[in-house]
Amino acid sequence: MRIVFKTSHDADIRLWKHGAQLFWYLLLLAAAVALPLLLDDFMLGEATNVLVWAIAGMGLMLLVGHAGQASLGHAAWLALGAYADTLLQTRAGLPFLMSLPLAAVISGLVAALVTLPIMRLHGIYLAIATLALSVLTEDIIILAEPWTGGVSGLFAPDIEIFGINFNRYTNPDGLYWLVLAITVLITLGYANLLRAPTGRAFVAVRDSEISARAMGVHVARTKTLAFALSAAVTAVAGALMGHMAGVFNNETFNIVISIYLLMMIVIGGLGSIHGAFLGALVIGFLPQAIALLRSALAGALGIGSITIPGLETAIFGAILVAFLLFEPRGIYGRWIVIRTWFELFPFYRRDMFRRQRSYLKTERMR
Amino acid sequence: MSLLELDNVTLAFGGVKAVDRVSFAVEEGEVFALVGPNGAGKSTIFNLISRFYSPQEGDIRFDGHSILDLAPEDIADLGIARTFQNVELFEQATVLQNLLVGRHRHRRTRLWQDILFTPFVRREEVRHRIAVEKVIEFLELEPYREKYIQGLPYGVRKMVEMGRALAMEPRLILLDEPASGLSVEETQDIAFWIEDMRKLMGITVVMVEHDMNLVRDVSDRVLALADGRVLAVGTPREVQTDPRVIEAYLGPEEDVA
Ligand SMILES: Nc1ncnc2c1ncn2[C@@H]1O[C@H](COP(=O)(O)OP(=O)(O)OP(=O)(O)O)[C@@H](O)[C@H]1O
Ligand SMILES: [Mg+2]
Repeated sequence: MRIVFKTSHDADIRLWKHGAQLFWYLLLLAAAVALPLLLDDFMLGEATNVLVWAIAGMGLMLLVGHAGQASLGHAAWLALGAYADTLLQTRAGLPFLMSLPLAAVISGLVAALVTLPIMRLHGIYLAIATLALSVLTEDIIILAEPWTGGVSGLFAPDIEIFGINFNRYTNPDGLYWLVLAITVLITLGYANLLRAPTGRAFVAVRDSEISARAMGVHVARTKTLAFALSAAVTAVAGALMGHMAGVFNNETFNIVISIYLLMMIVIGGLGSIHGAFLGALVIGFLPQAIALLRSALAGALGIGSITIPGLETAIFGAILVAFLLFEPRGIYGRWIVIRTWFELFPFYRRDMFRRQRSYLKTERMR
Repeated sequence: MSLLELDNVTLAFGGVKAVDRVSFAVEEGEVFALVGPNGAGKSTIFNLISRFYSPQEGDIRFDGHSILDLAPEDIADLGIARTFQNVELFEQATVLQNLLVGRHRHRRTRLWQDILFTPFVRREEVRHRIAVEKVIEFLELEPYREKYIQGLPYGVRKMVEMGRALAMEPRLILLDEPASGLSVEETQDIAFWIEDMRKLMGITVVMVEHDMNLVRDVSDRVLALADGRVLAVGTPREVQTDPRVIEAYLGPEEDVA
């Protein structure tokens, strides 16, 4: 087992626990930067996609995994981000470097306003309210046709920064690096938040509202802030999704996407930034895996091709159920257990990671 | 002027008067114990002081000012810390993180500074950690520093909860049954710590406790309650020999027998 001797408070405060961990993070970053040299354009596009999903996952993780508030309607913030970003560019003529952060700010503010009335809800009631929000968003998109283009949708312009075009087909490497840079920035901001008072207040509200109150944490304010930050980050992902899709409408960000997002972070592992990335990998590459499986199956059975509608969703659902039943801590949680097992070998105890309470618990009094 | 004053405080749940016209005053620097049989209303008094409940009658004053117009979140800012009878910790966080949440009332950084983790945030974090480290040393929590709460033994969890309250650097600490479920040795530790809280840290202590030995050892004054009403206030000896207190404790047992 690795024993880290801490000799200063900085050892506790910095983002990595020990030198080896810093090394691995830097190596991972270097590999991520070098990825365009290794992958063909199609696979690189998929990698960009995974990063965008990871951003959206971080947005939801902040709310569900760290602040402990349910949301089944996060596609609403993807949509708001995409529409706000595109409209700010096409109608207000703002450059991408301004429209993207502004779209995030707008979504954060709207989220703060919208969540005020649902703040007092807990668990399943909160989930239902946020689900309703997602449905409502789709309706609003159709109703606000003059702005949103209704069902026929909206064309997102190419991303342009200082005259450089980041079209996904003509400049896939550039787009990938841009998205990577945004991902890294958001990840750092998220990690910083977690080691500062704000992040601790989120965790406090998640684990025990009553003692958070007794410590002087303003629970309603903290929840509003979590919703707002979560919506802002998710909106960034939405804006990027819009640019990558080229055209989007009310269907692009429907309830299924909300559910996918939630599945993603549960599968990845609630309560850690790693979980958002692992979940994004699963959700990004599962379609490929299924396609491979499908053709392998078709080959084995000697038939042309199998098309089963809804197969992907069904497999996602099955994976989610499997995780909830067998590994509620998600992929990252499983990894921690495996790593500890190796580090402690042969002293691992079975109940070491016994779980006593779930994340989405409701408030208890006394 | 007393530090904490309850003035004719009444709270009924439905028909049950959990707290019935209770008045008492706690002086600065004193260790004050609340005793009484189960359901006497001791924890309810703590919840009233924490503003989790609002009294139907009466007033509660801290440092001379009524706290009834404050929200529960504001009580910590006054310097009132507490523990819970059922131990309410942040389960999916480490001991260190739990204690750091106790520092929330001393927070000076803003959201954007937290996100950027500016040098100011770093300095503040060091300041909080120095304060927390003192508490860890005081309560001998070093072996558990990095451990998650969810796997810890009950006795340690109680210490962590007390540590979290101390990390707040409060003026008044409310301890709800600090020794319940603890071993004899652990209870002795508690007695020493309560002494030190008062002597070294200058904290006023109000505690609910069933262990009469502990109460006698550490408290200056004791208030005995039964059925929400005050039976007696005085030194531990005075209260223990008060006929009404003896009756309240022994009465039900005679009924059973
Ligand atoms: N939230 C509540 N709703 C209804 N009744 C309550 C509530 N809180 C407390 N009571 C009642 O008020 C009375 C006093 O309860 P309290 O918890 O203050 O007792 P206590 O003196 O702390 O007892 P114990 O020694 O068992 O902890 C009890 O009859 C209890 O059932
Ligand atoms: Mg009690």
